[in-house]
Amino acid sequence: MLIAVFLPLIFACLIPFLSKWKQKVHTGWFVLPIPFSIFLFLILKVGKQFSPISQSYNWIPSLDINFDLYLDGLGLLFGLLISGIGTLVVLYSIYYLHKTEQLGHFYVYLLMFMAAMLGVVFSDNVYALYSFWELTSFSSFLLIGYWNHRSGSRYGALKSMLITVFGGLSLLAGLILLTIVTDTTSIQSMIDQKDTIMNSPYFGWILGFVFLGAFTKSAQFPFHIWLPDAMEAPTPVSAYLHSATMVKAGIFLVARFLPILSLSEWFFVVVSGIGIITLCWGSFMAVRQTDLKGILAFSTISQLGMIMSMLGFGTDAAIFAAVFHILNHATFKGSLFMVAGIVDHETGTRDIRKLGGLMTFMPITATLALFGTFSMAGVPLPFLNGFYSKEMFFKYSLELGEYSGIAQGLATAIPFLAVLGSIFTFVYSMYLVFGTFRGEYKKEELPQKPHEAPIGMLISPIILVIGIIVIGLFPHLVNGSFLAHAAEAISGHESHKHISFWHGFVTPLFMSLAVVGLGTLLVLTRKRWNSIYNVIPGKLSFNRVYDWLVDRTERFSSKITKTYMTGSLKLYVQLILIAIIFGTISMIVITNGINLDATDLAKIRLPELLVVGMMVLASIATIFTNNRIAAILILGVVGYGLSILFVLYRAPDLALTQLIIETVTVALFLLVFMHLPKLEKRNESKGSIFMNAAISISFGGMMTLVGISSYTSKWFDPISDYFLETSKSLGGGSNVVNVILVDMRGLDTLFEIAVLGIAALGIYGMIKLRRKKEAK
Amino acid sequence: MEIITSMLAGILFATGIYNLLQKQMLRIIIGTALLSHGAHLFILTMGKLKRGKPPILVEGVEKYVDPLPQALILTSIVISFGVTSFLLVLAYRASLLNETDNMEELRGSDYE
Repeated sequence: MLIAVFLPLIFACLIPFLSKWKQKVHTGWFVLPIPFSIFLFLILKVGKQFSPISQSYNWIPSLDINFDLYLDGLGLLFGLLISGIGTLVVLYSIYYLHKTEQLGHFYVYLLMFMAAMLGVVFSDNVYALYSFWELTSFSSFLLIGYWNHRSGSRYGALKSMLITVFGGLSLLAGLILLTIVTDTTSIQSMIDQKDTIMNSPYFGWILGFVFLGAFTKSAQFPFHIWLPDAMEAPTPVSAYLHSATMVKAGIFLVARFLPILSLSEWFFVVVSGIGIITLCWGSFMAVRQTDLKGILAFSTISQLGMIMSMLGFGTDAAIFAAVFHILNHATFKGSLFMVAGIVDHETGTRDIRKLGGLMTFMPITATLALFGTFSMAGVPLPFLNGFYSKEMFFKYSLELGEYSGIAQGLATAIPFLAVLGSIFTFVYSMYLVFGTFRGEYKKEELPQKPHEAPIGMLISPIILVIGIIVIGLFPHLVNGSFLAHAAEAISGHESHKHISFWHGFVTPLFMSLAVVGLGTLLVLTRKRWNSIYNVIPGKLSFNRVYDWLVDRTERFSSKITKTYMTGSLKLYVQLILIAIIFGTISMIVITNGINLDATDLAKIRLPELLVVGMMVLASIATIFTNNRIAAILILGVVGYGLSILFVLYRAPDLALTQLIIETVTVALFLLVFMHLPKLEKRNESKGSIFMNAAISISFGGMMTLVGISSYTSKWFDPISDYFLETSKSLGGGSNVVNVILVDMRGLDTLFEIAVLGIAALGIYGMIKLRRKKEAK
Repeated sequence: MEIITSMLAGILFATGIYNLLQKQMLRIIIGTALLSHGAHLFILTMGKLKRGKPPILVEGVEKYVDPLPQALILTSIVISFGVTSFLLVLAYRASLLNETDNMEELRGSDYE
């Protein structure tokens, strides 16, 4: 099974070599056997006596992150969809993409996506699941942006990336919480620990995060906005990713975690509520689109909403219906996307306003579209699979249990909303098929003269349509051996349901008839009520919210950055100082750090006081003088004052060094001062002077406080006695300071010499080296 | 006495910072010099003042001043001297090249 998951990835590495011969053989032919062999491998597992298979491969065992694979009915259903439709899509793309395109890129991305998707559905380890989950987002981003020279593609790719990765990250948060709560990384053992999860304080968070992940991926309201923009991708990609596989990953996630998620009474409200809103909104918006793929995108959104709400019902029967519809939707939506691609390919446009009357030119395509759309609309014809799943949807929406509060309100509203959504589904389906293939033929508006597609392009949709009819006529073929296992894998208990072929004149049938009746009425009077679209999405469109959010985030962050990253050094210094002052003072206050203890102080003497007073005066005077020389000399006064203090405090070496260095520094200052501009008074506003003064005074005050309080709280004796004792015996010198400098802590001195050397070299370089321009 | 020298160090810090926040380059260098004076005084004060003879071993003397802070300050003086002289030359070159010593006018050329 590991090979099945990684085969596409491994093969993707070979694609660049194979695509060199693309002028002779279309690269797609090399790719075709891959999904087909996976499909064959999986189909051999189908059967009545199916039992889950689990395998484990080490990845990071120390963190309990492994490739734990688990193949149960649900995984098998998705695996078959991925590999089966993958095969058909590859076949279709061989005829759809021309050899001049960058085929190598296309198939590498596609195989990457296939591997990721298989990984998602087969993973039992949550972290492996998450890795594959992000790989699907990533490869889908690459595929949407396949024609990266178009700005629409780039916009769509970015949008889908932002939204799905947002969801993916929140999913990760949910999975991490689940791991913490259950202390295992295996999904199956998490499900076994239901009670622990339910009683944990994080349960609400887990629910929220996992739902966010699932809803963004499956384009549920209000995160559906990325899907219509993803239609910029090549049509095989839209057919594969955005109808059959990736958008169902969220549904898969909800299904996989259903035993955990449905522990909450909110499960029904959130999943069914969001699902039914998505169903209605998606189908309502689909009627408005003029692009064939736009209609199909919103239709996908609404169908996903339907599946989601069926999962939300939570009963065994409804779960079975959801599984059934996953299969059905994949068949008819895949074929419809391919039909749209054919129409685009053979006429040069996808704009439904320009299309019409293509029936005579493309009879086969038109027939395929007819089956696809009628199945999608759930027209009550007993050989279309969409009809059964819609009937089941209606039936179980009427059989909801007893709830309280909001849930009860929702349970009462769902049948009506379901009918409403289905009416719009009927409207756009009819519009799609009749708008394209019937009506008048607009010769002038079509870029190309339409003609029937090549047979190779038609094979895939034909196979899918045959699937629609076969499932429609003989639903039991897929039921017992296949779908029942999937439903069992979700709900955890066996439920063998029969898809009723004809169930008599019961309410769901009347609901279907009502849908058809009202739908026909709406289709015929479409022009009269079309103006409603100017009012209802209008400003409430979520695309606007998204654009506004992205735009605001950019502008807001750049505004914030501009407030403090002004390029003014002074402001940065101020900010740093304020942070230091704030941090230190709050720390002093928190730890109650000030403790004055005056017992251990040296005596105050007059000469020292005089020197101190001189230094205070001199240092303050540096601020007020506007004469360069005066400022330098006053600085010298401070330095010499300090060296006198060193003398008074018994530090002969320090006094010596300080004297010399101060002299040299003053000399240096005087040397360069001729070249420095005059210290002219800069006009400063009073506020800024006050600000500077406040900062510097509080900094000085803070340092004084720190000094006093740390001085008076000495905790242990200095280590200097050791230096004094061993200076002579070990160091062989009686000047202890010098012995420390060159003997005991000689390394410091070495690097201090290095510092001086570097400074000297730097100064030399700065003075000597000139750019060529200056040298002239 | 330590309290007074602490206050002196505080004043040196305050005036140093005030100079640092000015626009003229020369003032900024003066500010850094004041700051390093403050820091040296601070280290000396923290090592306790006047607890004996200078740390040069003489027969018969029992109590000496703590030699370690002195060694530290000596290192620090030399380093700050190196940095200050480097800064000075830097300021000289910068004001020559840019024809201004106003820090507010000195901004990266790639600043939008």
